[in-house]
Amino acid sequence: MIKIEDLHKSYGQNEVLKGISTGVKEKEVIAIIGPSGSGKSTFLRCLNLLEEPTSGNITIAGEVLTNKGTNIMKVREEVGMVFQHFYLFPHKTVLENLTYAPINVKGVDKATATKKAEDLLTQVGLFEKRNEYPSRLSGGQKQRVAIARALAMDPKVMLFDEPTSALDPEMVKEVLAVMKNLADTGMTMLIVTHEMGFAREVADRILFLDGGKLIEDASPEEFFSAPSTQRAKDFLEKVL
Amino acid sequence: MNLDFTAIIPSIPYILKGIGVTLQITIGATIIGFIVGILLALCKIGKITALRWFADIYTSIFRGTPLVLQLMIIYYAVPQLLDIQIDPVPTAIIAFGLNSSAYISEIIRAGINAVDKGQQEAAMALGVPYRKMMKDIIIPQALKNILPSLMNEFITLNKESAVVTVISALDIMRRAYIVGGATYRYLEPLLVAGLIYYIMTLVLTFLGKRIEKGMRKSD
Repeated sequence: MIKIEDLHKSYGQNEVLKGISTGVKEKEVIAIIGPSGSGKSTFLRCLNLLEEPTSGNITIAGEVLTNKGTNIMKVREEVGMVFQHFYLFPHKTVLENLTYAPINVKGVDKATATKKAEDLLTQVGLFEKRNEYPSRLSGGQKQRVAIARALAMDPKVMLFDEPTSALDPEMVKEVLAVMKNLADTGMTMLIVTHEMGFAREVADRILFLDGGKLIEDASPEEFFSAPSTQRAKDFLEKVL
Repeated sequence: MNLDFTAIIPSIPYILKGIGVTLQITIGATIIGFIVGILLALCKIGKITALRWFADIYTSIFRGTPLVLQLMIIYYAVPQLLDIQIDPVPTAIIAFGLNSSAYISEIIRAGINAVDKGQQEAAMALGVPYRKMMKDIIIPQALKNILPSLMNEFITLNKESAVVTVISALDIMRRAYIVGGATYRYLEPLLVAGLIYYIMTLVLTFLGKRIEKGMRKSD
C-alpha cells in the first residue's frame, strides 16, 4: 500500500535521511524506532509531505507523492497524522476539532460529520467532553481527541509521531489502548515510538533507523530477541 | 485666577455633538485599517515577493511620515488629481484607515507568527487548504492574542483623530475651538473637550476589557 524508494532528505549540508527503501502492506502496523536524531520523525513527516523529500519516491495507495502533479492536499486527506504535542485547535471545541476538516475539506454535511465525530469520541471514551475546549482536557485526553480528529477524515493510513512522548506516565496507557484498538480494527499504522513494550506487542514489523539509514527491518520477535546488527543491540541495551 | 465656564455652558451640547463625528472617524478608520491591515499582513508573510515588497514599502511610508501630513495630502490630492469633491469626514476616515492599517498589519503579522507552528502542520496534515487554514485556524488564534494591542490602536486612533481639525471636520476638537472663537474664551472649551476625550478613552478601555474576557472562554 505504501512504497518508499531511496528516500533522501537534506537540510542544506545536513543529510538526515540517506536513502530509505521499504514498503507497507495494508493493515500492517509498523513501529519505527531508533536513537534520537536517527531521522525517524523526518521519515514519517515525509509520508504526508510535511517535509519535502530531497529525492526518492513515495507511493501511497497508487498515488506517487513525489510527482510534481500530485495533489498533495488530496493525499493528506487520506493520511492521518498524530503529533507529539497534539496540536488541537484551541479555539474550537472538541467536537468542532473533529468536524472542521470533514466539513471544510471533504464537504461532508454538518449532521453527518457530527454523528461520525460523536461515534469516534465514544470510541476513544471522550463523548462527554465533546463541548469542552481543549484547554480543559488532560494530555492523555487531548491525544485521544487528536487521534479521533485524524480518524474523522477516514484516512487509509495513520501516522503517529511519538504520540506518548509528551504525556505524563499515567496517561500513556490510555493513549496506547486507543492505538491498540485502532490496530485491531485493521488500520494501517506507522508509529514512531519509544514505547518498546507497545512496539513489541502491537507492531507487525519493526523498522530500526540509525544515522538516517534503515538498519533493521524485522518482526518484533526477531528484533527484540535477536537483533542482527550491533547498533540495534546497543540501542536495545540502553532502552530496555 | 480667571476660569469661568458659565459663558460656554450653552455651547456644551454643540461640543458634545462632536462625539458622533469623532466616533464615526475612529470606527470607520478602524474598519478600513483592520481589513487593509489583515491583507497587508498576509502579503508580508506570504511567498509572493512582489506583494511582500509592496506591503513593506507601504508600511514604511505610512509609518515614516506625519499623520497630519498624510491627512492633508489626501484632502488636497483627491479633488485635484481625481476631480472628486470629498468631505472632511470621509477624507479623515480614509487617511486614518490607511495610516492605521500600516500599524495594524505589523500587529497582525506578529500575532500570526506567534501562533504555534504546529497549528499550521496539524491543519496541513488534515488537508486544509492554505486560505481556509489562515481564515479558520491561524488568524482567529492570532486575533485573540493581539486583541489588547488592537484595542490600544483603536483608543490611540480615537484620541489622535483630533488632528482632523486641520481639515475642518467638525469633531470634538474642532467644535471646542469654534466655541472658543465665538466666546473669546479658548481655555474652557478646550478643557471640556479634554474631559470628553478622557471619558471616551475610559469607556473604550472598559469595553475592550469586556471583549477580551469574552474571547477568553476557550482558555
